[in-house]
Amino acid sequence: MNYPENYRYTKEHEWVSMDGDVGTVGITFHAQSELGDIVYVDMPTPGAAVTAGESLGSVESVKAVSEIYSPVSGEVVEANETLKDAPEKLNDDPHGEAWLVKIRLSDKSQIQDLMDASKYQAYIGE
Amino acid sequence: MIRKTRSNISQNEQLLFEMSSPGKRGYQLPELDVPAVDAAGALGGENVRDEVTDFPEVSEVETIRHFSRLSTWNYGIDLGMFPLGSCTMKYNPRINEAVARIDGLAWAHPYQPESLSQGVMEIVAVLEGALCEIFGMDAVTLQPAAGAHGEFTGIMMVRSYFEAQGNARKVVLVPDSAHGTNPATAAMAGYQIRNIQSNSQGMVDVGALEASIDDSVAALMITNPNTVGVFEENIAQICAVMHSKGGQVYMDGANMNALVGIARPGDFGVDVMHSNLHKTFSTPHGGGGPGAGAVGVRSHLEPFLPAPRLRKNAEGAWSWDYDRPQSIGPVKAFYGNFGVIVRALAYILAHGGVGLKNATVDALLNANYIRKILEPYYEIAYPAPSMHECVFSDSRQAAKGVKTGDIAKRLIDYGFHPYTVSFPMIVHGALMIEPTETEPKHEIDLFCDALISISQEIDENPELVLKAPHLSRTPRVDEVLAARKPVVRWKKP
Repeated sequence: MNYPENYRYTKEHEWVSMDGDVGTVGITFHAQSELGDIVYVDMPTPGAAVTAGESLGSVESVKAVSEIYSPVSGEVVEANETLKDAPEKLNDDPHGEAWLVKIRLSDKSQIQDLMDASKYQAYIGE
Repeated sequence: MIRKTRSNISQNEQLLFEMSSPGKRGYQLPELDVPAVDAAGALGGENVRDEVTDFPEVSEVETIRHFSRLSTWNYGIDLGMFPLGSCTMKYNPRINEAVARIDGLAWAHPYQPESLSQGVMEIVAVLEGALCEIFGMDAVTLQPAAGAHGEFTGIMMVRSYFEAQGNARKVVLVPDSAHGTNPATAAMAGYQIRNIQSNSQGMVDVGALEASIDDSVAALMITNPNTVGVFEENIAQICAVMHSKGGQVYMDGANMNALVGIARPGDFGVDVMHSNLHKTFSTPHGGGGPGAGAVGVRSHLEPFLPAPRLRKNAEGAWSWDYDRPQSIGPVKAFYGNFGVIVRALAYILAHGGVGLKNATVDALLNANYIRKILEPYYEIAYPAPSMHECVFSDSRQAAKGVKTGDIAKRLIDYGFHPYTVSFPMIVHGALMIEPTETEPKHEIDLFCDALISISQEIDENPELVLKAPHLSRTPRVDEVLAARKPVVRWKKP
């Protein structure tokens, strides 16, 4: 599977892609494959404050409900509303179209702590 | 080879809505002999629903047949082994039901005066005493209506205990093998959750626990045996470590079935615990209740128990004591689910002490027998000895593309209800099997043969398992479509 080089990854299997001071956040291909068919996504509303390592929302698959942990701290500026009616996109295109939220980071340096693509792939044993 | 089931013919069933034809009735009412009242006028138009139309109109016999036929489609503990075990429904001995149907018990009313309720109050008191002895605790309340309700009651008492000392503390420790209700309970009681990782044996790592404790920790919520069916062999040390920091130990006694008559939580240092009466003491549980989450405490927590408490007055009569200034207050209207309390006591008295211990030993024997027979075919999740349930991982089968959910579906073709699928979550692709103490050997052998046969099918013809079930009334349902686009009510075509 292709894990984009310019993304940063967490041990909880989220990714973040930076554009200025706004990070786009999603779950990894590995995460969706472990979860199985995703049937529901719960996301924060724009304006919500989020903290790195704390729950941002949840994804529900046929098997279980799993927390999504925010890779970064900041303020949610946009949530991907299209996932409400089409949660299956998270299975089809987790690194692209099925991003979850965009977060304005309180401090851009925090992404230094996250893994790059090769480290993440080593972490999941791929 | 499938030995237990044969394909057979039974009638298909429409929805009642689809059987409906206008004007049919299942009842007859006498002619109205009072003036008719306009409902909308009397109650206000907003209280009269008219948006739900097309209620089914069917005759009495059609209704009876409809539900009788549906009932024959059920699989239940009275028909065969139910490997979900006590989590869902273990066998309910009929003596429980006979006792619960005694007129004076079945018809007791919560508003009866105390003078006419002495018998039912005695039953509550005797059961509380029996559970104190079984748990090794100093006092028990039967007020909570379910296990999770018992957990909440217990942690609220822990909070009150610390508040009485001037500091409620902030954190509750929860191992990653815990029941999901444990962290939910702590959060509901206003605590932050701190997770503790299990070690390679599936047990709480004492070092990790020690590293997680500080003065802000109110309690540890530990399930023993835990959700992987393993006894926390360091439990006494775990309790001592918690107590050395002034913390409390809450035990989720959901798995008391594996301890009764052998080990007592009070003896190994637990301060407060609950036990789901359906799991260990065979009260009915199908359909979600009514339940009972008995909570036991050591004496230092006794003042905080929910009010009222039973008290015997000077004349030897029972009364309810509401004068409990430190109590967390009532947690349920009246006192627990009395019908469940009667059944649990009937079970305990019918077994006696020796009988209860034998039930525990049989539950452990059955689970370990299954483990031993299936170990050559399925990967056991943790090498530590199993208690009343054994947990396998689907790793060998998943390598061939067949997962625990597929194996469970194929088991239906063999005439068994599936085992617990994909739980506990710390085991990847879990198959959790709890036979309980009542399962006879020939039924367990049939069940093991079925799982062995399925493992061979996975080697020879995985498609057969992936597309199962084949003999059930409906083929494999599309769970994903059902979850993504649920149809929750009938609409007229």
